[in-house]
Amino acid sequence: MSDTLDRFKKCAVEVLSVEADQVTPEASFADDLDADSLDLVELVMALEEEFDISVDEAELENVTHVKDAVALVESKQ
Amino acid sequence: MTRRRVAITGVGVVAACGTGVDAFWDGLNSSVEDGPERRVTDFDPKDWYENPKEARRADRSTQFAMAAAMQAIDQAGGIHGDPGRNGVIYATGVGGMATFEAEVEKYLEKGARRVSPFLIPMMMPNAAGAAISMNWGLQGPNETITTACAAGTHAIGNAARLIESGRCTTVVTGGCEAAMTPVGVSGFRNMTALSSSGISRPFDAERDGFVMTEGAGVLVLEDYETAEARGATILAELMGSASNADAHHITAPSPGGDGALNCMRIAIEDAGLSPEDIVHVNAHGTSTPLNDMAEAHAMSKLFGDPGPAVTSVKGVTGHGLGAAGAIEAVSLVLTIEKGLIPPTAGYATPDPEMPSIDVVSGTAREWTPGPSLSNNFGFGGHNGTIVVGPAS
Repeated sequence: MSDTLDRFKKCAVEVLSVEADQVTPEASFADDLDADSLDLVELVMALEEEFDISVDEAELENVTHVKDAVALVESKQ
Repeated sequence: MTRRRVAITGVGVVAACGTGVDAFWDGLNSSVEDGPERRVTDFDPKDWYENPKEARRADRSTQFAMAAAMQAIDQAGGIHGDPGRNGVIYATGVGGMATFEAEVEKYLEKGARRVSPFLIPMMMPNAAGAAISMNWGLQGPNETITTACAAGTHAIGNAARLIESGRCTTVVTGGCEAAMTPVGVSGFRNMTALSSSGISRPFDAERDGFVMTEGAGVLVLEDYETAEARGATILAELMGSASNADAHHITAPSPGGDGALNCMRIAIEDAGLSPEDIVHVNAHGTSTPLNDMAEAHAMSKLFGDPGPAVTSVKGVTGHGLGAAGAIEAVSLVLTIEKGLIPPTAGYATPDPEMPSIDVVSGTAREWTPGPSLSNNFGFGGHNGTIVVGPAS
C-alpha cells in the first residue's frame, strides 16, 4: 500500500493541485480534494501512465475516496 | 429611449512591454529590442489565481485575460449592481491554440485516451469570457467576438451597445491572445505577414511586416450616470463605435482604404461628432506594407492634411492580434489620462508613396485630450473603430 499510495499521491498532487498531506486514504475526492468528474478523468489518465494499467470508466463508479482508487490500482498490478 | 452614455472606469493590461498600466505606459515610452517576436516573459499565472488548479485548467490566453480583468476591476473599485445586468463581451483571434497544439501532440504520441478532458473547455474561444463571468458573478450577456485582429475593438464596441441600450449597467470587455505557438508562428511567417527584418515600424518607408506578440487588455465599461452616482473615477468616455466589412479579400485591405474610411466615418457619426472634432488617432498601424498604406489613405481622405496626430503603439508592442484592440484601447485611455501621446517606435523615414499624415515619433507629444479614434482591422476584411474622449 505505501509504495502505491506514494506514487498515487504524486499523481494527485500534480493533477488536482493539492498538497501531498491532503491525499490520505480517507480523503474524499469531492469533499476534501475539490475534484469533480473531469478532474477524476484526468487523474485516472495520470494513474494509467504511472502504473501502466488500464481503467474502464465503469470501474470508477464506486470510487469516491482515495482508498478506493488505491485499491483499484492495486487490483490491476 | 435616450441613449445612455458609457464611462470607462477601469483598465488592465498584460503586454510584452509591461504588465499593469504603469509598467505598460513606461514600456510604450521606451525603446524596444528588435526581434521577430515579442513574448510576455514576466508572467506567473499563480499571481492572478487564488486556486492553482484553476490556473492549470486555463489556457495561457485565458490566464492573460484573468490578470488584465483583475487589474481593471480592482481599479473600477469592484463590480456593482444587479448581477443580471452586468455582462462580458470579450475577444480573441484563435482562443486556446497552445492547449490545442499540446493535445494534438499527445494524441499523435500516446493515442486518443491521453487527450485531456479539459481540452475543449480550455481551447474554446469563449473560455476567457466564461472565466471572467464566473469569477465575478456576471450574469448578463456573456459573448465572445472572433474577428481576427479587429476582435478586441469590436468587443469594446459591442459592450458599449449593451450599456447604451440600457440592457447592462456594467460590461467587462477587451481581448486576449496567446498564439505564439510553433504552428501559429509558422502560419503567420509562411503567409509573409511577419517582418523579415524583425522590426516593427508602422507607417515607415522601410516597413516589411508585423512583429507578433501576445497579451490581453480589459476595460470596465459602466453606465455613465450610474458610475458618477456611485462616485467612481471616470477615466474616459466611450463615445461611439463602428464595425463594417471590406467584402474584398481575405487578407488584403480594400483599395484606397475605403473600408477603413467608412468605418471611421460611421464611428464618428455614432459619437455625434464630425471628422474635424477628432484630434488623435491610435492607428491599427501594423507595419505591413498594405495595411499602413490603406489606413494612411483612409485617414488622409477623411481628415485632410495635416489631420489629427497619429500614433501606432504596435511599434513597441508588436501586433497582439485579437488582443490588439483591447491593449490599444488601454493605451488610448492612458494617453488621455496622461495628456501625452506615446510615439510610434520604429518610425524614421516617411514613405514617399503615402499621403501625408501627422505621425507622432521620437518622443511622446503633449496634447489637450479630445475625441480620439482607435482602429483595428482584421483578416477577413473586418474593420473596427471606437471613439474615446476625456471624461466630462
